[in-house]
Amino acid sequence: MHRLFLVPTLAINAIIILIPAVLTIALAFFRWDGISAPVFIGLANFQSLASDHVFWGALINNIIWTALFLTIPIAIGLLAATLMLVARRGSAFFQVIYFLPMVIATAITARIWQGMIYSPLTGVAGLITRAGFPLPSPLTMTSTALYGIAAVDLWHWWGFLCVIFFAALRQVPQEQIEAARIEGATFWQTMRYVLLPGIRPTITLMMIMTIIWSFLVFDFVYILTQGGPAFSSEVLSTLAYRNAFYDLAVGKAAAVAVVISLFGLATTAVYIRLQAREYAQ
Amino acid sequence: MRFVESRKTFIITYAVLGILLVITLLPIALLVINSVKPHAQIVQNPLAWPEVYRWDNFVRAWNDANFGRTMLNSALLAATTIVLVCTTGSLTAYVLARRKVKSWKVITFYLLGTTTAPIQLFLFPLYFGFAKLGLINNIFAVSLVYTAVYSPFAIMLLRTYFLAVPRELEEAALIDGATHWQVFSKVMLPIVSPGILTVALIIGLYSWNEFLIATTFLQRADNHTAVVSFFLLSGQYSSDWGEIMAAALIVVLPIVILFVLLQRRFIEGMAGGSVKG
Repeated sequence: MHRLFLVPTLAINAIIILIPAVLTIALAFFRWDGISAPVFIGLANFQSLASDHVFWGALINNIIWTALFLTIPIAIGLLAATLMLVARRGSAFFQVIYFLPMVIATAITARIWQGMIYSPLTGVAGLITRAGFPLPSPLTMTSTALYGIAAVDLWHWWGFLCVIFFAALRQVPQEQIEAARIEGATFWQTMRYVLLPGIRPTITLMMIMTIIWSFLVFDFVYILTQGGPAFSSEVLSTLAYRNAFYDLAVGKAAAVAVVISLFGLATTAVYIRLQAREYAQ
Repeated sequence: MRFVESRKTFIITYAVLGILLVITLLPIALLVINSVKPHAQIVQNPLAWPEVYRWDNFVRAWNDANFGRTMLNSALLAATTIVLVCTTGSLTAYVLARRKVKSWKVITFYLLGTTTAPIQLFLFPLYFGFAKLGLINNIFAVSLVYTAVYSPFAIMLLRTYFLAVPRELEEAALIDGATHWQVFSKVMLPIVSPGILTVALIIGLYSWNEFLIATTFLQRADNHTAVVSFFLLSGQYSSDWGEIMAAALIVVLPIVILFVLLQRRFIEGMAGGSVKG
């Protein structure tokens, strides 16, 4: 009887995710333009990726992205969450404002930054340039495009981490904190030896999710630069999308999707390992 | 928690929190003030307060982005997705929370696994399959895709609400002769309804804001969502940034109003769902 309860969820999941995912893995070994019959070509898609500098550039960009998001937003989020503990008053207000960018559609956030901040004509960067301090749009230069996009995503993202860390910090047992205070620990000592260890599971989980999400990043890159200029901000997900829908190289796109998934799988495996070790202790 | 700190610490604390507040609000403020300015004045200074109020920016944005139609599409898409996710998700969440089937562990891990899969892992065969079946430009088909993508998150969140219901309630109903279906629909569902409301809000938000799937599967102008029609307006059809910001405000405003009114639900749902998942 209860098995029937699962049928709708699992049926929808199988049709939309599981079967197409299996097909994608199979397609990675075929050449297919989406219309004619697929041709089996073995590992040729992966071999052509291995010799494609755009693919390696995209992979490196994903790794840079992961490094940026493992450090900057987690540091800002932790700092702000801690300060909200100190501030006592107004923390609910700060929390709502910091969270606000998360509910704005990525397409809109991207356009606000593009037009109102980065644009040399209508943006704040243009205003600064006209005031005598040349500030070209980071999105138009190969050396800075990726960082220009990352800044937009950081703005949209860090508040979410801050709210999560703040919620976790408030769950650290009161007695531990009081004990530390009675022992004469300063605030920063309390932070270092009581609060941070207390929320370590949350920080670990967020870091794991950050790595997984960093390999999925798509919207901001696709909207702000389409991976340009000259593929300098290309990431794996935009590369796969371009391969499939612009170059009609669906097999190659599938191969890229498989590579992205492998990174996610490896990260998840590490996480389960870590969890198991924690339980074993 | 109480920390007795020096005056200096307090000043630094509020200064840093204040700076972060300004950084967060600046782009949003630029969105709002420039939505009522003529393009020429934005070119002059995007930071300046409007000298004249061009309310017709909103009228032109509404017409050029065809929001009368596309907002309706977005609302329809969000509503269908909410109904599908809440009905199918609450059934699954109940079974998994109460471990009613032997395979509950495998299914839970599988569902968690799908949340970490890239959309590109299933997008291409799905697209060409939908194309073959004539399901491109079909809003109901897209809501099925959203349902599959958002369900795992919804199920993990709903599961925590079911776990909080005392077992005795269920057992009492069974002893009184209720069927399994009655226990679920008459006893459990009413108790977890606050959780279902939270899930509905968040799924509605995600569907309204979603970009990648909507832009891939809904290609005919009549079937665009509001976010996609905004994206196309700002990319191709208009270079008047006053109009573009007005269009952005039209799409964002319903969401921001809901968020401000129901902030606790949004924050707990979005943060809780991804932490306890």
